[in-house]
Amino acid sequence: MPRDSLITSENDIDIGLEFAGDEDEVSSFQEEHERERHRAKRRDGDREKKKRRKGRRRRASRAGEREDELQARHEKREAGRRKRAKNYQESEGRERDEEEQAQIKTGKTAKTKKNIKNEKTRKVEQEEGEAEERNAKGKKKHGSAKKEEKDEDGGKCAAKEKTQEVKKKKHKRVVETSSEQETSEEDVNEEEDSEEKELRPESLSPEELEKLKEAVDERKKLIQGLRGKPWSMKKKLVTLRESQEFVEKYEGALGKGKGRKLYAYKVMMAKKWMKFQRDFENFKTACIPWEMKIKEIESHFGSSVASYFIFLRWMYGINMILFGLTFGLVMVPEALMGRPYGSIPRKTVPRAEEASAMDFAVLWDFGGYAQYSVLFYGYYNNQRAIGWLKFRMPLSYFLVGVGTVAYSYMVVIRTMARNANESGVGDDNSFNFSWKTFTSWDYLIGNPETADNKFASITTSFKEAILEEQESRKDDNIHLTRFLRVLANFLVLCCLAGSGYLIYFVVRRSQKFALDGLDTHTWWERNEVNMVMSLLGMFCPMLFDVISALENYHPRVALQWQLGRIFALFLGNLYTFIIALMDEINLKREEEKIVKFNITTWEASLYNSTVSENSTGPPITIQPADVPRGPCWETMVGQEFVRLIISDTMTTYITLLIGDFLRAVLVRFLNYCWCWDLEAGFPSYSEFDVSGNVLGLIFNQGMIWMGAFYAPCLPALNVLRLHVSMYLQCWAVMCCNVPQERVFKASGSNNFYMAMLLVILFLSTLPAIYTIVTIPPSFDCGPFSGKKRMFDVIQETLESDFPAWFSKVFSSASNPGLVLPFILLMVLAIYYLQSTSKSYKEANVELKKKLQTQNEENKKKNKRAALKAQMDLEEARKAASQTAEQQKNNNASLQDQEADEEENHSSSQRLYHGKNRRNPPAPVREQGLPATRAPVPRNYHHGNHGAPGYLPGFPRQSEPRMHRVPSLQRH
Amino acid sequence: MGNKQTIFTDEQLDAYQDCTFFTRKEILRLHGRYHELAPHLVPMDYTNDPDCKLPLALIVNMPELKENPFRNRIVESFSEDGMGNLSFNEFVDMFSVLSETASRELKAIYAFKIYDFNVDNYLCKEDLEKTLNRLTKEELTPEEVELVCQKSIEEADLDGDNKLSFADFENMITRAPDFLSTFHIRI
Repeated sequence: MPRDSLITSENDIDIGLEFAGDEDEVSSFQEEHERERHRAKRRDGDREKKKRRKGRRRRASRAGEREDELQARHEKREAGRRKRAKNYQESEGRERDEEEQAQIKTGKTAKTKKNIKNEKTRKVEQEEGEAEERNAKGKKKHGSAKKEEKDEDGGKCAAKEKTQEVKKKKHKRVVETSSEQETSEEDVNEEEDSEEKELRPESLSPEELEKLKEAVDERKKLIQGLRGKPWSMKKKLVTLRESQEFVEKYEGALGKGKGRKLYAYKVMMAKKWMKFQRDFENFKTACIPWEMKIKEIESHFGSSVASYFIFLRWMYGINMILFGLTFGLVMVPEALMGRPYGSIPRKTVPRAEEASAMDFAVLWDFGGYAQYSVLFYGYYNNQRAIGWLKFRMPLSYFLVGVGTVAYSYMVVIRTMARNANESGVGDDNSFNFSWKTFTSWDYLIGNPETADNKFASITTSFKEAILEEQESRKDDNIHLTRFLRVLANFLVLCCLAGSGYLIYFVVRRSQKFALDGLDTHTWWERNEVNMVMSLLGMFCPMLFDVISALENYHPRVALQWQLGRIFALFLGNLYTFIIALMDEINLKREEEKIVKFNITTWEASLYNSTVSENSTGPPITIQPADVPRGPCWETMVGQEFVRLIISDTMTTYITLLIGDFLRAVLVRFLNYCWCWDLEAGFPSYSEFDVSGNVLGLIFNQGMIWMGAFYAPCLPALNVLRLHVSMYLQCWAVMCCNVPQERVFKASGSNNFYMAMLLVILFLSTLPAIYTIVTIPPSFDCGPFSGKKRMFDVIQETLESDFPAWFSKVFSSASNPGLVLPFILLMVLAIYYLQSTSKSYKEANVELKKKLQTQNEENKKKNKRAALKAQMDLEEARKAASQTAEQQKNNNASLQDQEADEEENHSSSQRLYHGKNRRNPPAPVREQGLPATRAPVPRNYHHGNHGAPGYLPGFPRQSEPRMHRVPSLQRH
Repeated sequence: MGNKQTIFTDEQLDAYQDCTFFTRKEILRLHGRYHELAPHLVPMDYTNDPDCKLPLALIVNMPELKENPFRNRIVESFSEDGMGNLSFNEFVDMFSVLSETASRELKAIYAFKIYDFNVDNYLCKEDLEKTLNRLTKEELTPEEVELVCQKSIEEADLDGDNKLSFADFENMITRAPDFLSTFHIRI
């Protein structure tokens, strides 16, 4: 019903405009026009009144000015009946009615309709205002009685107003009475309600209050969802203000009654909470670092390079938290509350190393004073509680180690799930071309060079897709390609094996050197392991790149192969390193046994000597530096990892400086005096290697996770490294890299990187957990010294710090009889969840299939319908041409007649209302299309001016079409 | 706050924050950018809603839009008059829709408007051709363009009218994996 009414009102406009155009010719209605003008003036006066009432609206004043202008124009033209057109001009500017008309014609109805609606609302308000004014002294009733009265009033004024207005009012009534409406109409509705209830909110019945409450809630919802509405900003702002005013006003009313203080309080708190949330949000976004830097890179290099930096920032965030954990709960307490440096042997540099402990070379290797500090595992004491806080140091150390890993798992998995949610929808290939067309441009690009590359890559991707589509891609020599691919994989495997062996060999050799003592060897021999690992990491990917040229894969596939190979290389290297380290640990433990034995004999001899020499004298105080001690394999592991990280970082930075910066400088300046074009030719500038950098970052993180337990300083070191990386790489990328020629999209590979990170996390926690669980801690260093296993600290805490029943419960809960069924239950739950998810997936596929067949059927049906419509159209055209001929015959007279009819119709209505002022409601309601109106010409006008695209034979069918867009836009 | 000069009142800033996906700081920055485009036209004081619009030519020259093949369409579809003159409100609106946090649905609506070159509420062949030619700098042959257009319409058209209505477009674009990541401009 309301839709119909909207359509009719549009017809009215068309007619109005049409008539206005014809009006100059029609001079016999001068009298009518005069009357009309008076009425219009009066109406403007009303509007002025109204304006005063709504004085705080700034817009109104502007509208007022326009109105004055319009008034002048109005009189000049004597176009009293162009009220509708004028309303347009009021909102859209006065020069634009032609354009508006055109817009209506071209089907841009959504916007126009909105305007009409707005205008209508305003007018109805206005009328109501009038009614209220008139009714001010009269008594007010509620509910339907009031409505009726207003109807009467409406009738009264309508009698003096023009018919169109009455009609509009009627439309409004329809809108008001129908409950299920579109949102904007609801707004209108509410506004009207508010107008009605404005006067005495406290005298409302409970149902009405309930309604009002609902309305207020709805408004609030509207305010919340406003930013997601596809409206113009102006409309949003107006709606916001109106809604806020509405809420403000009626929330107060709701809060006034008895027992509603709680409501008022809740509302107030909600408001405060909102404010706080907004401030917090502002604060949070202000805290996100490097936003502008990343934006700049994004606009230069597109989203793929930027994705690396976003990933880097994300890593930085995680490392910050890890750093906070280890720093706040392990390092600082030990440094502040633990026993100071030099108090016990494990906290002192041994006598033999004292001379060189402060040398830079030693410190750079994290030996000397660095080794005997909070940076490494060995420094921590096994005292159960330290300081006046009774801080449980060993327990804290253990829990932080576990917490680090647990937190990392949580974050990675959560991010992966979120990413999967975001991009998980698009897995099917059914929209290949449309996706390419509509989503391949990266809106972030703001650099001409990148844009050119992007254009080129889009073009190639289209060409490839077309080729694939035509299936004319012929494999010239499938055997050769196969052979080359096998050969390439073989070569890569050789490389991997070779690098693995090299590392193993080097680590073994370094152990031999270590046994000999470090001083006898050169710098290279001392740093061989790290250097070899870094160099392998640098050169092998290049080798892989060369090898992959043999394979002749599609670039995307080639990239994945390349990534996979680098991943395998890194992983292989890391694990060889770990295996070698394990060997070393075992060696150290052997050594430890010997030392332990030696210490007992040494202590015994010491004791004997003191006893024999002077038994009564004071006991000899032995300097802690002189006490012999074990090798402390944990610190050794920590040191290895720290050295690895340092050398890795150094290699990254040096490659960056030489490979990117120096190359760029040479290419730039030697280009002036060189035989060929260096910039376009061989060396050229380097590209930013996103995948390699991401992989490097991931492996670096893996090493951090692995080593963090034995070297609490690792997260701190990593934070520093990432921080420097951020600035250095940002600078390098902006100053010496060129955009990639093949610009890959980042989003697809986002979860790919995350999955890699997860794999690395798992693989790197494995050895750490293995060492913690199986190898007993050193006897004289670290927080767990003296225990059989590191996790004994939990048991110890349970026994001594918790009440007895708790440990009893714990021990009974951890017996196999309970644990096994529990594990079984978990396995069952996993199995159940997996099978349900599988069935859901199947159902999903089924539904998709159904949908597809449905679509195809629909297509067929629609095609048939279109054919039929075409035939009908032709018929209608024939008919139309016939009628047109008829029309031509009595064209002039018809137009006059039409105008006449319109006028008669309105005046008759006026007359009618004037006479029957006593009982108007029923006629007003039924007044839809008066019988006096000639329906045929209306239809023609609609067909010709309203929407030329719609078939004249299908006026009904065209209506939903016209509404389709706005109604879709609303959700 | 610590601004040297009041550009907006607090209420205005709050209203903008309610209506857009921006924070207070970003709105001020947007105003800065808008002001930068035409310092002599745009006032620094927006407390009384000055009526000022910048023409398309100025806005299109922003570095964020300069390389975009659809820059004119973007600006046009966000302007109230369809000609590309943007008031500050519309300017903010534009970047709000293109911001990272805007919902997929909202983005889809405006993407549709942008690709609808002839503003007839349908993406017809003509629109697609224009889109393609802008995407590839007219390096595809007419036959290829024809083929791609035909294929795209075939893929996405659900009601068989040989053009894409918004429903078709939305259905297609909401499944696109790259739409959210590429249809955004960081300001």
